[in-house]
Amino acid sequence: MHPTIIVASNLTKRYGETVVVDGIDFEVGQGECFGFLGPNGAGKSTTMRMIMGLTPRDGGRLEVFGRDVVPEDSVLAAQMGIVPQDNNLDVDLEVGENLDVYCRYFGLSAREREEKIEQLLAFAQLSDRRYTPVTKLSGGMMRRLVIARALVAQPKMVILDEPTTGLDPQARHLIWQRLAKLRETGVTLLLTTHYMEEAARLCDRLLILNRGCILDQGSPEDLISRHVEPEVLEIWNRDGMPSLEDFADLPGRKEQVGDTLTIHGFQLETVRQLVVQRAGYACLLRPANLEDVFLRLTGHDLREGL
Amino acid sequence: MRGPTWMVFWRGLIPSYRFVHVWRRHFMVWRKTAMASLAGSLGEPLLYLLGLGYGLGRFVGAIGEMDYMVYVASGILASNSMNTATFEAIYGGFTRMTRQNTFHAMLATPLTVADVVAGEVAWAATRSLISGGAIFLVGMVLGAFSPGSVLMVLPVVLLSGLAFGAMAMVITAISPGYDFFLYYFTLVTTPMFLFCGVFYPVASLPPLVQSLVGVLPLTHVVALLRPVANALPVLDVGFHLAVIVAYALVAFTVAVALVRRRIIV
Ligand SMILES: Nc1ncnc2c1ncn2[C@@H]1O[C@H](COP(=O)(O)OP(=O)(O)OP(=O)(O)O)[C@@H](O)[C@H]1O
Ligand SMILES: [Mg+2]
Repeated sequence: MHPTIIVASNLTKRYGETVVVDGIDFEVGQGECFGFLGPNGAGKSTTMRMIMGLTPRDGGRLEVFGRDVVPEDSVLAAQMGIVPQDNNLDVDLEVGENLDVYCRYFGLSAREREEKIEQLLAFAQLSDRRYTPVTKLSGGMMRRLVIARALVAQPKMVILDEPTTGLDPQARHLIWQRLAKLRETGVTLLLTTHYMEEAARLCDRLLILNRGCILDQGSPEDLISRHVEPEVLEIWNRDGMPSLEDFADLPGRKEQVGDTLTIHGFQLETVRQLVVQRAGYACLLRPANLEDVFLRLTGHDLREGL
Repeated sequence: MRGPTWMVFWRGLIPSYRFVHVWRRHFMVWRKTAMASLAGSLGEPLLYLLGLGYGLGRFVGAIGEMDYMVYVASGILASNSMNTATFEAIYGGFTRMTRQNTFHAMLATPLTVADVVAGEVAWAATRSLISGGAIFLVGMVLGAFSPGSVLMVLPVVLLSGLAFGAMAMVITAISPGYDFFLYYFTLVTTPMFLFCGVFYPVASLPPLVQSLVGVLPLTHVVALLRPVANALPVLDVGFHLAVIVAYALVAFTVAVALVRRRIIV
């Protein structure tokens, strides 16, 4: 196991009376890619912000690089790259200037700055946009710039809060590729995402959070084998929802997700053939994935506002 | 920051040299529209200078030994240092703190709240210095300032900008929105503009009002700038300086604590 660089135990955050992060424990090893999953409002961003030192905790222990985390710690800040959930780019400045001022905040010399800016613009595929005002960028370009900005000081750890939300598939793939590149250089990555494919593809280990509590943590494969059967048969029809009763005779665990009925089980090929024979239904047999785990653990209802 | 709470509190009020980077960022933005913003910010003080200096000056003639144009020019120089720093720290500072999240982005780097606030205040004072320099030039051409005094005038303008910039940052830190600033203008800066000796001697006010006005920072800026700008001897230099410095330090301390309370949650 690599040396541990984040230790959180009984980590707690309250806003007023509401407990937003409720005594969670986790550890992250050096060079790992560690992901936080959870419904809206689960406390992912709050946890990330505590690690970033932007929000004080209300209880428990939190150490990063062996240092107790407190806000405004310049020593810790110098070793971390931060990608917040909302792009807080400097809208008064151009693309290149955004990187330039950030380099200055981190104390880079003039020569280092010029080199860094060019290298990061290339990294983010924004070299031809250096003199474009930030306000004129597309959402994907802004996101790439925020990620580039997080890298000005060669951080040992990069924390990304929903790095790819709202991006098109090309932009997302580019960011995945860039993050993979970072990992190869030994940088520890911490991220949150709502895309299960992203989590499965990038993360060594995941933590699933719900209403401030940890539901489970482990590698994507472990989580899948722990919580769901290996195969899923999705069933839907054109007009309306397939009802549970229509399939009560078939084996397997059944779930209703939106307009789709899913049957979870082992070796569902025979079940699939039975469904195909029933007129009006379409179905798809696929291996279980993280999304099934997520839905099973956090429930199927919309959580917003809870 | 670590250690006992009181120590963390006091250390948290002290900016590092990194505040220069914040100042530099504001300068970088200002440079893009320097000419327009300079022209804009000079308009009002020059109108006052010409309108009152020539218009009112014909009736007033002189105050004491001093021609009214000369008298009012140093007053405008002082009040402009207050207004310029106040506007920058209030409108610029508030926009950066809330709408643009610039402060939040800065805190994700080695910068601290004290650095960010110090950068804002230093920049507000720099704006005072720039427009003060321009007013001095115009006033000099009009014969209202003695050219040699510039080396004494500008440091006082800068100090005044620091004090008023820090005071405005306190208001910025507690303001729920842009409308709130009107209270500050109506209750604080406009009364100072009218009563602190910009247009007429404080000594002509009723004694009770005089002692009230004596507590206000602009009174001391005017008391320093008027003789200094005309190469006359200044009375109580140390006292006036001490009052302005005290305002700057206390306001800065309060501003840092309030901005911290507002954005580190
Ligand atoms: N500054 C704040 N003041 C009060 N409540 C807050 C504050 N920030 C977050 N919260 C509350 O804390 C809870 C967790 O918020 P958080 O942003 O951590 O969720 P999240 O898991 O990141 O959600 P999302 O997926 O929507 O980004 C929410 O109920 C939110 O309303
Ligand atoms: Mg979030």
